[in-house]
Amino acid sequence: MRKFMTTTAMAALMLAGCGLAAQAEDVKEVQMLHWWTSGGEAAALNVLKGDLSKEGFAWKDVPVAGGGGDAAMTALKAMVAAGTYPTASQMLGYTVLDYAAAGVMGDLTETAVKEGWDKSVPAALQKFSVYDGKWVAAPVNVHSVNWLWINKAVMDKIGGTQPKTFDDLIALLDKAKAAGVIPLALGGQNWQEATMFDSIVLSTGGPEFYKKAFNDLDEESLKSDTMKKSFDNLATIIKYVDPNFSGRDWNLATAMVIKGDALVQVMGDWAKGEFVAAKKTPDTDFLCYRFPGTDGSVIYNSDMFGMFNVPDNQKAAQVALATATLSKSFQSAFNVVKGSVPARTDVPDTDFDACGKKGIADLKAANDGGTLFGSLAQGYGAPPAIANAYKDVVSKFVHGQIKTSDEAVTELVKAIDDAR
Amino acid sequence: MSTVATTEIKLTPERSSRNSLRSRLQDALPKLVLAPSFAITLVFVYGFIIWTGFLSFTNSKTFPSYVLTGPRAYQRLWRWTFESDPPSSWYTSITNMGIFGFLYIGICLGLGLFLAILLDQKIRGEGLLRPIYLYPMALSFIVTGVAWKWFLDPGLGLEQTLHQWGWTSFHFDWIKNKDFVIYTVVIAGVWQASGFVMAMFLAGLRGIDGEIMKAAQIDGATTIQLYRRIIIPLLRPVFLSAFIVLAHMAIKSYDLVVALTSGGPGGSAWLPSNFMYEYTFKRNEMAVGSASAIIMLMTISAIIVPYLYSELREKSR
Repeated sequence: MRKFMTTTAMAALMLAGCGLAAQAEDVKEVQMLHWWTSGGEAAALNVLKGDLSKEGFAWKDVPVAGGGGDAAMTALKAMVAAGTYPTASQMLGYTVLDYAAAGVMGDLTETAVKEGWDKSVPAALQKFSVYDGKWVAAPVNVHSVNWLWINKAVMDKIGGTQPKTFDDLIALLDKAKAAGVIPLALGGQNWQEATMFDSIVLSTGGPEFYKKAFNDLDEESLKSDTMKKSFDNLATIIKYVDPNFSGRDWNLATAMVIKGDALVQVMGDWAKGEFVAAKKTPDTDFLCYRFPGTDGSVIYNSDMFGMFNVPDNQKAAQVALATATLSKSFQSAFNVVKGSVPARTDVPDTDFDACGKKGIADLKAANDGGTLFGSLAQGYGAPPAIANAYKDVVSKFVHGQIKTSDEAVTELVKAIDDAR
Repeated sequence: MSTVATTEIKLTPERSSRNSLRSRLQDALPKLVLAPSFAITLVFVYGFIIWTGFLSFTNSKTFPSYVLTGPRAYQRLWRWTFESDPPSSWYTSITNMGIFGFLYIGICLGLGLFLAILLDQKIRGEGLLRPIYLYPMALSFIVTGVAWKWFLDPGLGLEQTLHQWGWTSFHFDWIKNKDFVIYTVVIAGVWQASGFVMAMFLAGLRGIDGEIMKAAQIDGATTIQLYRRIIIPLLRPVFLSAFIVLAHMAIKSYDLVVALTSGGPGGSAWLPSNFMYEYTFKRNEMAVGSASAIIMLMTISAIIVPYLYSELREKSR
């Protein structure tokens, strides 16, 4: 047994030795962990691959499929626990801060100062990309969550107009139902249901209420009558979903709207990427409106490339990746394809379509007006334990395990307390 | 030994030492070969069980932490065990485990035995039938899950097809129904494993001494009596093996739930393994996840250990 131990130790030493020897040379490759595997997303990522290969850096994917990125985050956790960091990883909100607190993130402050990121990136995003005064992540885009995506042909057929209030929306859904179209395309996964509920809460309670309840987690707001009303509204809107919605992926729900099987989807603007990939144009094939009653506010999430504390010989590749990510040309080209808007406010909107131009203007206005709020469903409102507890409650309400809005509010407060 | 020693005296000293080296090597070889796998098992199974147990008493969140906080995680699970309306995720998981484990093991054993008895009637084409039943076992749970997901989906599979054929009143939406989704997991699981259980029973049936059956037939036993009184009791060891295989498959069937239902509407298809994974890796509540893993381990031990003990003691007697 002792002999066995010595052999293992020697083998380990030899492996370590190999590692040291390999560090001498610069690595001309970026390893990237992400979950951008659907059509629009993959196309958008190719823009960055092209930019980097022009500078001589190879691209190595560590892709993990799955819309919400849960599987990818698990893979990342295992990699980090094993000490093999990718150069960068797609990350959302509080996850970046979690990893930064664990001390595994790199420091990009030098590059950030040189490139002037602190002036061009909205302050709300910097909350998640700067930890302890150091830049640890490069924001790629800003998605906003409070959108309606509508099939124009169906809209014309039923003679609908832009809904201005929640009641308008319900009236519109009724029209679609009467015409024999599925009124609302929804994927019955908990993050999709919660994403829609984000918009409903903002619409029902207004900006102040949303911020207090879902960003500050104020208990009074969480159990207020306004929150109950929000759950009632959710119950109302859920009646317009087809019976097979449970477990459906978001892009399949988007496909229903694209094909005209359904009238509307409430989803973040990554849905536009799917429309674009299907060669559809805004205003002629599809319409984008803010969720009724949320005009002027933006519930955001942002894809970030978290930069890990890689060995020195990989730093050059990492800096190149970060610089390319925040370059104006990439921000414009990427977000045109992805459906989102640039993470810096000084990128011209010339290449964007109508929805993109509106998105950029909305973001700027919300940033200036203080109505830019983190999405709780997307991990920008609160840490993952709380966000998941919230998704649980919303999903159980949608699927009938929680029956009344009173009960939902009680459960929500309890679940969030538990997860704190 | 003494007789051997007298002949060995004649051997040259060189030959004898080589011989003893060889015999020492022969003695040591099994230990040498087993040592790595023994060490690996020790660390990666038992070591990690202890590690998980330790984590369940800490305040671990995203990453393991070493700050001991007492049995807080267990207290939370204990509280959740009794939250049935609305059901907590933990309550859903353990009740599902009860339903799934009972039905899956029971139906697999029953169906497997039934198929084995039918196949044992020296029918023609057995060589073809046996692999047909056995083959689902060669598929991974993921494949089984995805295939059954499509088959059971009301918009794509069985229901849709029957509607197209004109039977429009047919209704089967268990996979989308929070109260029935766990039974679809049972269906897919049974489909996959019952052929394998059949093969085990068939081997057991073929191993039974024909003389006993002839003797019973001469004594005037009917076929039903023959199976009920003689053959099935003789298959007891096969029942044990099949039960243990099925029990551990039931407990680890995480992938089937994910592939078939992706957790079910509102998480209503969760098993404790799903709970453990979700809390440990997705919700950053590693302490709670570890505690649930330890509870799973203790539950299994509580069932399997007494059963194994009674079975093995009987055998050694």
